[in-house]
Parts: sequence; structure tokens; C-alpha cells
Amino acid sequence: MPTVKMKVNGKPVTAEVEARTLLVQFLRENLRLTGTHVGCDTSQCGACVVHVNGKSVKACSMLAVMAEGCEVTTIEGLATGNTLHPMQQAFMDNHGLQCGFCTPGMVMTALDIVNRNGNELDEATVRKELEGNICRCTGYHNIVKSVRAGAKAMGSKS
Amino acid sequence: MSATQSGSAAGTGIGASVLRKEDRRFLIGKGRYTDDINVAGQTHAVFVRSPHAHATINSIKTDTARAAPGVVAVLTGTDLAADGIGPLICGVTVTSDDGQPHRAAVHPALAQGKVNYVGDHVAIVIAETYAQARDAAELVEVDYGILKAVTSTAHATDKGQQQIHDVAPNNMCFNWPFGDKAAVEAAFAKAHKVSSLDLVNNRMVTNPMEPRAALGEYNTGTEEITLHVTTQNPHVHRLVLSAFNQLAPEHKLRVVGPDVGGGFGAKIFIYAEELVVGWACRKVERPVKWTADRTEAFLSDAHGRDHVSKAEMAMDKDGNFLALRVMTNANLGAYLSTFATMVPSYLYAFLLAGQYRTPLIYSEVKAVYTNTSPVDASRGAGRPEATYLLERLVDVCAADMNMDPAEIRRKNFIPKDAFPYQTPVVQCYDSGDYEEALDKALILADYKGFPARAQAAKARGKRRGIGLSSYVEACGIAPSAAVGQLGGGVGLWESAQVRFNPTGNVQVFTGTHSHGQGHETTFAQLINELLGVPIENVEVIHGDTAKTQFGMGTYGSRSLAVGGVAIAKACEKLIAKGKKIAAHALEAAEGDIEFANGNFSVAGTDKAMNIAAVAFNAYVPHSYPAGLEPGFDENAFFDPLNFSFPAGTHVCEVEVDPDTGEVEIVKYSAVDDFGRLVNPMIVEGQVHGGIVHGIGQALLEGCRYDSEGQLLTASFMDYAMPRADNVPSFDVDYAPTVPIHNPLGVKGCGEAGAIGAPPAVINAIANALGIKHIDMPATPESVWRAANKAA
Repeated sequence: MPTVKMKVNGKPVTAEVEARTLLVQFLRENLRLTGTHVGCDTSQCGACVVHVNGKSVKACSMLAVMAEGCEVTTIEGLATGNTLHPMQQAFMDNHGLQCGFCTPGMVMTALDIVNRNGNELDEATVRKELEGNICRCTGYHNIVKSVRAGAKAMGSKS
Repeated sequence: MSATQSGSAAGTGIGASVLRKEDRRFLIGKGRYTDDINVAGQTHAVFVRSPHAHATINSIKTDTARAAPGVVAVLTGTDLAADGIGPLICGVTVTSDDGQPHRAAVHPALAQGKVNYVGDHVAIVIAETYAQARDAAELVEVDYGILKAVTSTAHATDKGQQQIHDVAPNNMCFNWPFGDKAAVEAAFAKAHKVSSLDLVNNRMVTNPMEPRAALGEYNTGTEEITLHVTTQNPHVHRLVLSAFNQLAPEHKLRVVGPDVGGGFGAKIFIYAEELVVGWACRKVERPVKWTADRTEAFLSDAHGRDHVSKAEMAMDKDGNFLALRVMTNANLGAYLSTFATMVPSYLYAFLLAGQYRTPLIYSEVKAVYTNTSPVDASRGAGRPEATYLLERLVDVCAADMNMDPAEIRRKNFIPKDAFPYQTPVVQCYDSGDYEEALDKALILADYKGFPARAQAAKARGKRRGIGLSSYVEACGIAPSAAVGQLGGGVGLWESAQVRFNPTGNVQVFTGTHSHGQGHETTFAQLINELLGVPIENVEVIHGDTAKTQFGMGTYGSRSLAVGGVAIAKACEKLIAKGKKIAAHALEAAEGDIEFANGNFSVAGTDKAMNIAAVAFNAYVPHSYPAGLEPGFDENAFFDPLNFSFPAGTHVCEVEVDPDTGEVEIVKYSAVDDFGRLVNPMIVEGQVHGGIVHGIGQALLEGCRYDSEGQLLTASFMDYAMPRADNVPSFDVDYAPTVPIHNPLGVKGCGEAGAIGAPPAVINAIANALGIKHIDMPATPESVWRAANKAA
């Protein structure tokens, strides 16, 4: 079995995995980072979005061995101690989650949207950019509000 | 307009839009869903499923699979039967027109010689790793004798169709007439006008984002099974698995529904996989985990809707509704799921009065078996089907009578002074003001300004349409006596225990289950309001049969309307006991003790004692009323006196591109009556989600089987879920009335959007195109065809 090495949430990890192990399986099963979820098997739902070298990736569409040497950030890596990341806080403040299952992927995607589009986001941009993340609970209304508010808050922090 | 504006209360009690207590764990990745739980020695299970819709099983060869690397066991229906594990059950009896109970086909958890739908369970393969189990599952050889499949809802009972179950001739489960057929026919005979409509209520896959999962553990020492499972109702799971499936005695079975990633009905039911995992973990004496992948969810979750109907309304010359006649074929799938029979009968026909005075209603529901996944409750369950049929038909009536859709509704509304109002279809609506909701919705939607907007759209080559839907639903499920009379096998009360700890904080044990609804916050607000305890000192506990008293779970928008009242009743008991304790401590007469804002005080004095101090006295009863039990911990059960009847008017405005058939929802306004709102922020979130569920049904979602029973829409690639760019933001407001049967004045809000939205959307599209009808989902292709045919 191949050995894979990467940094996850700033910590170096090494493991032997079957070559066919998906990144999402590696995170959930090997590292027990269960905040990253699996909601489909066709890379449609976005519940498994993480960042690999700073860019959002659906962790079900990538083998663990492909992340060799990469820096991976998951939902568990965002908060600083007890302080939520501004995007996490925006989701809480705007009721951007209900059952919470799609939420980690939504938040990770939201950060990537901000990274690529800046802090002032209009509704149409956010809706278009969220196309790869499915939520069954919220009807998206409050997720869109959360992403826009979170983007703004990130801008005022930096 | 935002819901938070209508929550007037400051602070954290009833009416305050308090941020959710549960959010933090979900936002930092510390939610604990079933698949997130891992235990020592755990094995992994994969089910071998039928690739055929209808076939006999000639043989199952498992030797090769058993010998594969890592395999712990391969078990089939033979093993299950040998251990006396009973078939899955349907808990509600419907009496067919021949006076006989519905024809119930035996529903084995692992196939016994025959499979009846693609995805039907044939064997379970258990291995050390998931990959090994999946590999070995491919090595199970099943020799099938393929039979013809039945898939059509409309034609399942036609002569010459393949028979699915011997017990159900012509694939008929039940034929259920309801109402005075002769009186309705007489009304039709003398009607000025009869409007009629043929329509399909498209089959939906409920698709909560967390796929179903189960983790079974058997303790050889205590002989107890612990089953973690994606459930909306852990005690109902335990009861059925124990009493009907003989999995284990109730006291030796613990069912835990931990964090559950959405349910919408799909996680009410007791499924084959859950039973088999519970049984298998004892058999192999190892923990067994199974988690569905999405395609398995499509194949084996109970689906929703799937009706084919003819609806007719008789009217007088002024457009008054005289009588309604409805003929419906309802597809129940290959077997009866847990509550399947109730959905197209009691939850459907009893809602056909809608908001109207229609004096005579007759319906006939033919429930049929097909070689498809079982069909059961899905967000709204029966009520969306009734509402869609009625609200579409009302628009056809308006067109036939040359009346404005808003005015024909207004004309036929049950007036606000007629409540409580006995409908001709069993339900007695306890409160409502339908005209107020309509008026508010028309203003919110700027209905008057629509013609100008339509003109402007026309100039841009677009066609703009506006559609109304005035719905009523019955939720707060349900008075137990009524459930019993209707053939239900359970009571639908709810339970609560409110426990003060000696240090003054509170644990609330509820029999309901939260899987996105925010009970941990809403119920804490109730405690804050009723007992004056800060919400940060309240913990709501649910979902574990080892922790909470028996409870019925969450569905039918019942958690606050039934479960919330049980909490309030427990609070009343605490206050009554607290008065005795405070009277003793404050050296006053019990009758002089008042309770407000968390303090027991002696009327007319400044002598007072906080409820936390009372709780401490109750646990350290050194100086205590003689004869009073120690402890500050009360239990209550509440059986509702009636359903609750949320209602409202939704207005949808669309713009159709006739060149592409694309429908854009440009404005959506909802005015609902949910009674009193405890947390307006959460309520508004439920409304948004429900509306998008309904828009999904109207525009995007359609579950399709081909004529051989293969599921063509078995992934998110083929089944179109609503996404962020398919829907707009919403304008939400309320027109509350006071439900006289609910002690908290609440009605329930979880299903309303999914009930109200589909007809509003389709009415808007029909209006835009100037057509009588278009079936759901109104995809770009079907809209384009309709636009270009009508043009």
C-alpha cells in the first residue's frame, strides 16, 4: 500500500492507504476528521468541499495519494480556539444552516468564492458560485445572506 | 420584509429570533451524524440489491463472496427467516370499498425467493473494510428469473398487467371511496359550469442531504443491541423493531438518532437495512456499520407523491363552488412502507376542502402496487398532493368563469367568522383568516402592478405570469383517538421531561427529534419564557431511547404544536411544586405564592426565591414541606385535541423565455398563518426551505422509471435538485390567528412551503403562457413545447 504524506489543518500527517482511497475517505476514516461529509457519489453535492493548497476541491473527486505533499484545510481547521472564522460566524448570525450536513462544504466553498471574487459580493454572483453545493433545508436564502455577510466581515478584518 | 420584524419580544423567550444553540458544533465540523460514529471492532456492510424490477430468485451462491479477503459474513433471507426476524410492517389500515382491509403484501427485509423492485434487498455482505465488503458483494451470484415489470401509476390495475403480489389481485392495494357520491353527482347534474382537469403529481425522491445509515452493536454481556440510525423517531423505530420484527425485546434495544442530516419524512420509516444491521451485529458479534451511497438512497429510500388524478368542480353561475369530485391513482411502490397507506387516503382526501366552503366532496383513491421503490410520506405527505390538485383546479375554474384567480378564491373562502369550521371531509378547522392572508399576499406581491410588469416583459420578448396558491394543511399530528378510529396502530401524543439539576440548570428531554428544525433553541426559549431560566442554562436532549422517555418523534409539523405543549405542561407541574417548596421556605401560605420571571414571591411582599434556589431545596430537602417528594424533575404527556391548520397564500411571479423554455422565478411572496411564532428567524428558515422544496417539485424534480422498472434518475446527475441559482430570495410575512385547541397558540411550519409552492409556480407558468395546464416538473423542454404550441 502506498504511503501518503500531507499537511492537514497545519499538522503533518503520514499514513499507508489503499491506492484507491479517496481524499474524503482518508480525512474521515484515517484522520477521523468527520466534519467533511459525503452527500453523493457523483461530485454534485459539495458536502465534501475542502481546500487543497488554498483552492476548493470536492474531496470525493480526488484520491488521497493525489494530495501528496499538499496543504489541506478542512472545516475543523477554520476556527481559532473558541473564535469562529468570520464566515462561520456569518452562517450562525444569518441562520445559514439547519441540519448542518451541507454546512461544512458550504462554508469551505464560501471562502473560495471570497478568495476569487473579493469581499463585496452581489446576490447573483453568490448564487451562481454556489451551484455546486446542494442544500435541502434552507432554500438557500439565508446561505446567500451568510456568504455575503461573511465576505464583508472578512474584508473588514484584513 | 423579514420575519424578525414580526417577533416583537426582546430577550430570549417566545417571539425572539434567538440565534441557534446547535449551530456551533455544525459550523466547526463537530456534528455527530451516524456515519461519523466509529466503534472498536467495527465491520462494514454492503447490501446486494436486485438489478431487476421483478424477478424470482432461483438461487443465491455466496461461497466465492464468503472466501473473499476480509469477509466476515454473507447473510441472506434464508438466514433471516431461520432466526424468526419478522417482515417490515405498514402501521395504518385502510378499508377498501369491498369492506376488506387493504391488501398487505409481505415485505421481507431480505428477499424470500422473489424481488419486486430495482434495489430490493437480497443479501448483506459484512467485511473488515468498506472496500472489501463492496468487492465481495460483487461476488454474490444470484440467478434471477426475470418477470415483466409494472411501473405505470395510471395503468397498474389494467387487465392483463403482470401480477406483483398474489395477495393483491390486479395490483390493487385498496380502492377507497370517500364522501357522498350520489349527492355530488346530483350537484354536478344541476351545475351552471363544470371545470375539470387531469393532472399528475410527480414522483419525488425526498433526498435529505445525509444518506441513511445504521450502526449496530451487540453487547454479549448485557444482551443489548444498540442501533445508531438516521431516524426522525427513535422510539417508533424501537417499538416496531421489537414488537413486529422481533429484533430484541424493547428493554434490550437502544435506538439512537444522533445528529440527523435532514429527514423531510424519508427517515420516519423502519427500513430493511436498519433491521438487518441490527440483526447482523448480534449474529456476527461485531459492530456492523452501513451507510447508503446516494444511488442506494435513490433506489431504496421511500419516495414521495406519484399520483395521477382527474379533478372536477361544479359551480353555480356566480362561481360558487358546489361540489368537488376527485379520482386518483396513487402509486405505493412494490411494498407498503411504514405509513404508506395513510398518505394518499387520510392525509390527502381530508384536505380536499382547502380554504373553501365547497359543501360536497367525493373522492376515490385507487392505491396500486408497482415494481418501484416503496412510496410513503415526504414533506407535506398527501397535503401537497391535495393542495396542488385543488389550487390548480381553482385556477381552471377562474379561467372558465372569466374571473380573477384572486377573486374566485375570495368568493369561496370560508369566512373568518365561520371558525371553528366543519368541512365535509372530516377535518374541523379551528382558526383562520384566509382573506387577510390573501390581501396581505397580494400587497406583498404587488398584484395590482402585475399587468404593467407583464407588458414590460413582453417588450423584452419574455412572457410574465403570476400565480396564487391559497393552501391549508393539517398538522400538529395528531389526536390519538382520531388516529385509532382511522386504523392507525399508534397514539400520536408527545412527551417531555423537564429536569432541574441541583445547581439550577435545566435538561429538557423531548420525545421529538430535531434534524434541522432547531429544537435545541426553540424549546430552550419555551423554558426561558415559562420558567425564567436563561437559555444558556438549558440543554435539550432528544433522540436516544436510553435517555428520553417514550416519544413519537418528528414529522407532520408536530414538534412544537404537540411536543412543545408537553414541555409547557411539565413546566406547569414544576411551578405548582415550586410554589409548595417556596411557601415553606418563605414561611407563607402556598396560595400567596406567585411565580413570574423565574422567581417565586409572596404576593404583596418583597420576599422571593429564585427557581434555581427552589430546585436546590428540592434536592437538599433539609427544611422542606412535610410529605412532599424531593426532586425537581417533572414529566408530562400531551395528546392534542385537534390537528392544527396552518394556512396562507403564496404568490409566485415568473418570467418565461419562449425561445428556451426557461422559467425564472422573479418574485415569490408568502403570507402564512402559523399562529404564534416562538423563534421567527427559525420559522422563516423553515418557510424558505419548504418553498424551495416545492419549487423543486414544480420545476426540476421528477423521479422516472422506464417500462422495465429501471430507475433512470438514480443520482444527482440525473435527478435535478434545486440549487442556489434556480431560486430567488423570498418575501415572507404572516397573518396569524389563534388556534383554539393549542395551549401554546402555535400551529407548525415545517411543511407549509412545500405544500403552498407547487401550485403557485405552475399557476404562474400557465398564466404566463396562457395555457390551461402543464404538468410538473415544468422543465425547459416541456415549457418550450407548451409556449410554442400555444403561440
